[in-house]
Amino acid sequence: MAGADGDDSLYPIAVLIDELRNEDVQLRLNSIKKLSTIALALGVERTRTELLPFLTDTIYDEDEVLLALAEQLGNFTMLVGGPEYVHCLLPPLESLATVEETVVRDKAVESLRKISQEHSPVDLEVHFEPLVKRLASGDWFTSRTSACGLFSVCYPRVSSTVKAEIRQHFRTLCSDDTPMVRRAAASKLGEFAKVLEPEYVKSDIISLFTALASDEQDSVRLLAVEACVSIATLLPQEDLETLVMPTLRQAAEDKSWRVRYMVADKFSELQKAVGSEITKNDLVPAFQNLLKDCEAEVRAAAANKVKEFCENLPEDNREQIIMTHILPCVKELVSDTNQHVKSALASVIMGLSTILGKDNTIEHLLPLFLAQLKDECPEVRLNIISNLDCVNEVIGIRQLSQSLLPAIVELAEDAKWRVRLAIIEYMPLLAGQLGVEFFDEKLNTLCMAWLIDHVYAIREAATCNLMKLVEKFGAEWAQNTIVPKVLGMANDPNYLHRMTTLFCINALSEACGQEITTKQMLPVVLKMSNDQVANVRFNVAKSLQKIGPVLDSNALQTEVKPVLEKLATDSDMDVKYFAQEAISVLALA
Amino acid sequence: MRPGGGSSDVQWCFSQVKGAMDDDVAEADIISTVEFNQSGELLATGDKGGRVVIFQQEPESKNQPLRRGEYNVYSTFQSHEPEFDYLKSLEIEEKINKIRWLPQKNAAHFLLSTNDKTIKLWKISERDKRPEGYNLKEEDGRYKDPNTITALRVPVLTPMDLMVEASPRRVFANAHTYHINSISINSDCETYLSADDLRINLWHQEITDRSFNIVDIKPANMEDLTEVITAAEFHPNQCNTFVYSSSKGTIRMCDMRASALCDKHTKLFEEPEDPNNRSFFSEIISSISDVKFSNNGRYMMTRDYLSIKIWDLCMETRPVETYQVHEYLRSKLCSLYENDCIFDKFECCWNGNDSVVMTGSYNNFFRMFDRGYQQDVTYEASRENSRPRSILKPRKISTGGKRKKDEISVDSLDFSKKIIHTAWHPLDNIIAVATTNNLYIFQDKLN
Repeated sequence: MAGADGDDSLYPIAVLIDELRNEDVQLRLNSIKKLSTIALALGVERTRTELLPFLTDTIYDEDEVLLALAEQLGNFTMLVGGPEYVHCLLPPLESLATVEETVVRDKAVESLRKISQEHSPVDLEVHFEPLVKRLASGDWFTSRTSACGLFSVCYPRVSSTVKAEIRQHFRTLCSDDTPMVRRAAASKLGEFAKVLEPEYVKSDIISLFTALASDEQDSVRLLAVEACVSIATLLPQEDLETLVMPTLRQAAEDKSWRVRYMVADKFSELQKAVGSEITKNDLVPAFQNLLKDCEAEVRAAAANKVKEFCENLPEDNREQIIMTHILPCVKELVSDTNQHVKSALASVIMGLSTILGKDNTIEHLLPLFLAQLKDECPEVRLNIISNLDCVNEVIGIRQLSQSLLPAIVELAEDAKWRVRLAIIEYMPLLAGQLGVEFFDEKLNTLCMAWLIDHVYAIREAATCNLMKLVEKFGAEWAQNTIVPKVLGMANDPNYLHRMTTLFCINALSEACGQEITTKQMLPVVLKMSNDQVANVRFNVAKSLQKIGPVLDSNALQTEVKPVLEKLATDSDMDVKYFAQEAISVLALA
Repeated sequence: MRPGGGSSDVQWCFSQVKGAMDDDVAEADIISTVEFNQSGELLATGDKGGRVVIFQQEPESKNQPLRRGEYNVYSTFQSHEPEFDYLKSLEIEEKINKIRWLPQKNAAHFLLSTNDKTIKLWKISERDKRPEGYNLKEEDGRYKDPNTITALRVPVLTPMDLMVEASPRRVFANAHTYHINSISINSDCETYLSADDLRINLWHQEITDRSFNIVDIKPANMEDLTEVITAAEFHPNQCNTFVYSSSKGTIRMCDMRASALCDKHTKLFEEPEDPNNRSFFSEIISSISDVKFSNNGRYMMTRDYLSIKIWDLCMETRPVETYQVHEYLRSKLCSLYENDCIFDKFECCWNGNDSVVMTGSYNNFFRMFDRGYQQDVTYEASRENSRPRSILKPRKISTGGKRKKDEISVDSLDFSKKIIHTAWHPLDNIIAVATTNNLYIFQDKLN
């Protein structure tokens, strides 16, 4: 606390306080982040009477400062004197809840929600609830949108008269003039419904929900779809048909694709919320329509949900529903005109095989997989390949291998390096599924070819891929198939390829073990220390440092040490540097 | 305001003129856009120098009950700077092409301003308090000896003279290959569109790093290019509807509900060409330079070189009203082509209750058309007439051989003086008319 003459401990705090208004945003931000330190030094009384009033009026600041301030104030209860005084935090948060930046307002609302829990029931009615009302009836939509997020936290803890007022305020905001407020209300509708007594859910919420779901602005209507999920879970099954389903059906056929997109996007949640009976009668046809929607964005969203939707169908007639209703739509999507739709489908379609079982998969799904493996769009093929494990469990990968191979080869040679990179990343997975024999026979050449790709990212990924393959197939396999080829590149006329040998050795030494490293790799590395390209030489030093721990001490002392010492006197300064670094790391000095 | 008040029963009088009065016009001072905000309390202009000037209407004073509040400078700021695109070796002018006010969301005001490539969101806010009291220095800035600090001091806010600040809030860049000609804010209050010669993009007001391309008329081969987008605007209350006009004189209306990419229009407004008027210049003069929805959202107005057309949104085949702005120029198209005037992009505006429309012409003339009374009038924005509250006299142009008194001959019109940008107060009979570098404000005479 302040007091004593020239108190040293005051100085840092004094700096922090002065920097609250520094010209440099970074310093202000820094001070705001240490607001608790300032408050602690000032004590609870001065924090309440001086610091908070000052902060209440500093809403002119940059967004990032205000954001930090809004966050800090959510954790300030103890610093103003505990729950008894928590209401002192309301004025600054109230002014932050009206600024134009959504992120700041949202953070202020989050902090208000947090400190609402620290209010006693009396304080909540005396201080907090009036604030909510002020915000709800504010002139500008910014304050009214903020109010929407506060109803649900104070509702459960206030008297029934105040509850009635809160419900009234919420109703008013749901029919606000500005779409911003209606959107805020619509997005909080589900949350508010959860804290309401069941009778009010039916009497109040349903009518608001219906109104918002038929708002003139589609940006409001689509938020009602989300609320639909929460509301449906709150109502007894027998009421769903009359109270929720008409609105949901309407949303699924909305004129605006954005609303239909939202229905497609929330389909799994909706399906769980309305239960199996309604799913069978209503959602299946709705889902079929979404899969056939005229807007590609909607089809893609629905295609993404195919697996989840099928999984969650009631088990008793799941197979029949999929086979007669869903699969025909899926078949059409395989040859959709839009590649996003196809690739969304490709990312989930393999999951259907576990649901449908072996026979159906072979008869109905396999032709689709094969068609997608031949799709013109690489992303579709990649998505199929990345999900092979699902099929492997059901029918084994052999069924696919004949088509798989050309697809992989084509991707491996795609002109876009990002596509090549993506397929490399699936190689270890494929190797595991296909087995070592098939791999050696068909894919090994590809893996080696990537090592001399002209894009560095591909060579790097190829190196990493080799390491993963060795981990999978073991050191012996490495010694027979990979190591000779890798070491052979040490004599390549292109220095980039010679460096690839070193990078491969770096990656493989550990997986291959001491014997292979010492006997086969080390001699090659040592020999490369005489390379005429300096980049190769300093990479030799780096490689030696890397594989050193795998070698025995004899090899280190008799073979590695002399070479590193020679490199340490190299004419190139980088070579010298890395040689010296290796010497010190390997403790050879 | 007197509802229904149009040109027939309004006597317009001079109120103010802004800008330098000397004849020597600096290029940077040329006004390039004029726009009232939603309440009419603020009026923004942009110029070729990249500056935005905002005027605020003073509250009505009790001493002069017959005068409405004047507009005085509220804030001036440099919105855009000249830039150079090194990749394309292109200079990017700082000229402000358009300004659009956002609906007010709190005590501050927000506007979007754009040059050819970059749209910026500006916040204009007031500050009347400043913090006072430091721990480590005196108010005059001298540092204190840290050892003398015996107590902590929290700054307090003290009143100060009102300060208006304009701060850039967001920059929406890198989305346009061609020159931006329009920006328009959606009634959903969260998105806006920006249009260039070949594409229209949709932005979220809070997201600067991506926009969605909703219209793209760029042909695969640029040699097949036959038309460009000249203007685009959102419907005032249907958030899913927007229109864009083309250099071929057509207007396409799109429904964003139908699909994500609006390359298929829902309506095409086009008037069949009159074969009698066909000439070498037909295509150039049919190019639409501006399109504006009426405030009630039922009509839209388009301006082409010689006329204003009002379209009922329910009728695509022909406009419901056509007003000739300066038909007497039809015989002069050849010389207007030679001095490039034929490519001038005149804008147009509605009054608050959609009963009158206004647009500019040459010789610092501007025209008003009263839709109900089917009357039209020509006024001149000129310094000769700039006595406060002096009544504007209608101007007449003689087209025949014999010139009557008070008439101006077509041959004596000054084509270097043109009124391209005009704006009408959303609620009152107050108009802002931009001549080259001056902004004239006129209002109806209060009796």
